[in-house]
Amino acid sequence: MLQERIPDLAKMVEPDRVRKEVYTDAEIFELEMARIHETVWIYVGHESQVPKAGDYYTAQVGRQPMLMVRGKDGKVHVLYNRCPHRGNMMVGDRHGNCGEQFRCSYHAWQFHHDGRLKQIPMMESGYAGTRVDKDSPELSMKPAPRVESYRGFVFASLAKDGPGLKEFLGKAIVAFDDMCDRAPAGEVEVVPNCFRVIQHSNWKLFMENQIDALHPSVTHQSTGRAAHEVEKQIAKKAKAGEALSYHMLSAFATVTIDKWDNFQTINYPYGHCILTGYMGLRPQDPDTLAYDKLMIKAYGKKRFEEIVGVNIHHVLVYPGLSVQSPLQQLRAVRPLGVDRTLTEIWHFRLKGAPEAIYRRSLAYYNLVNSPATLINADDLENFWKCHQGLSSDGGDWVSFARHHGHDIEKDGEVSSAPNQGTSEAPMRNQMKAWARYMQGGA
Amino acid sequence: MKAQHDAEQFLYRQADLLDAKRWKDWIDLFTPDGVYWMPPDASYKTWDGQPAIFAEDRNLMQVRMGRVLHPDAWSQRPQWGTNHVVSNVVIDKAAKNGDLTVRSRFHMMEMRRDDIRHFAGQYTHHLKNTRAGYRIKLQRVDMTNAQAAYDYVLQVWV
Repeated sequence: MLQERIPDLAKMVEPDRVRKEVYTDAEIFELEMARIHETVWIYVGHESQVPKAGDYYTAQVGRQPMLMVRGKDGKVHVLYNRCPHRGNMMVGDRHGNCGEQFRCSYHAWQFHHDGRLKQIPMMESGYAGTRVDKDSPELSMKPAPRVESYRGFVFASLAKDGPGLKEFLGKAIVAFDDMCDRAPAGEVEVVPNCFRVIQHSNWKLFMENQIDALHPSVTHQSTGRAAHEVEKQIAKKAKAGEALSYHMLSAFATVTIDKWDNFQTINYPYGHCILTGYMGLRPQDPDTLAYDKLMIKAYGKKRFEEIVGVNIHHVLVYPGLSVQSPLQQLRAVRPLGVDRTLTEIWHFRLKGAPEAIYRRSLAYYNLVNSPATLINADDLENFWKCHQGLSSDGGDWVSFARHHGHDIEKDGEVSSAPNQGTSEAPMRNQMKAWARYMQGGA
Repeated sequence: MKAQHDAEQFLYRQADLLDAKRWKDWIDLFTPDGVYWMPPDASYKTWDGQPAIFAEDRNLMQVRMGRVLHPDAWSQRPQWGTNHVVSNVVIDKAAKNGDLTVRSRFHMMEMRRDDIRHFAGQYTHHLKNTRAGYRIKLQRVDMTNAQAAYDYVLQVWV
């Protein structure tokens, strides 16, 4: 049993290192699903995935199959994808439209979009004198205890109590503000459909890797160098900005390992983190200038400068979301098992922005995030290798000691020190949050 | 009859080059403005401005080839290989100048490390009739398993 093997979860996490079982033990996985993923705010989807009444989209929250559905009143509900009669999954497709109501494929029980029971076939003759009463809550499709939305991004918490969404997000809320503010219309909409990729490792390896400033020039050097060669050839004959999609790739190699210390991570309570930007995505080509003009018209010069001046590469919302706001990409992490993790990768369109700006972030989406990715292939290889090594008896610990003791702590925020952007502060911060959750701290 | 035979031979050779990992020779099958495209599902009408699993012109093909051949492309280290079978070749359109639109079915088995994966679907080739033989203006790959979650990723062209 877990209790015998691992007497104290607190002892698994030290400030600068973590026990390997945290990544490989199936019982710890079950526990962290219950205490973390099925407790805190987890991203379900974006409201634009379900524009019309009856539109639904399924999403896994922790181990729970949930669905997000648009009601007739325009409200978005998050329900367990389960019929209360015999437990049949209510919808079998990943997404679709259920019409006026949900109708179970097994015995035709019907439910309103908010989950309330609408009708059971021959209810009066079949259930007279039984405990089954149309109004009893156990005969509804169970709703997520808490659902909140911020600027169109829908989150659910499967715990009744806990901090509200805004309090939970804290300063990581900039992920959604930065993405939406970059739209002249102040909001975004999904580009259907998401890419889905499975990695053969624990979910935490993904979250750590996303803000691991030390890895790109090592892991991704092959693609970076190949892209840089082609970028140079194109730059010779193309107009400014045309080689940008190659620059997105080549940055992985041209920013050499020592340069990554110039960036900074800022770490927040609940395990969230920001990695500052590095790609230089503001060329002065006609497309960008046309976009700037629309933005200035919408926001005024001063606010425009503030918006495009936000310097972010990634925002991590622990435990399951990675947002690249300046490129309008979002990856939602859905743990499938201790050694299998699904990521859903979404791209958003800035409402009111020119087509060329959409295409710029689309290029990144296709090149970096598609199932034929030139980048993540080598991450997935590392994740698998990590899982294999961590499962062995070759050692007990994972080290997060880089620049430990040198981070700058202020008002509950931990920043990497100047020229120490490769500090493993984000991993330490995530594991600190993990340990607190696992010991029952909200 | 001759067009049918020539198209089939061309498609078989295209698949041969992939299986033999002769990337440069494979890229050279494309016209200078040729595109390799794998849409996320069969409803897509164009690769332009849309999410795509692959949407590569020759420049991007060069990047992919450069990556695959780099000694530190970590995910290329394990032994791997593919085997394509191409069949059901149908000429949909034959222009007077000899250009063809050809549909076919493919099945690719991939071995990577200890894992076997299968990919299958439909090719649509827009072939340009040139002096040097057919060249690919567009290779559309509608993979039957395109919509399923990808257990690992596709590293080279299917």
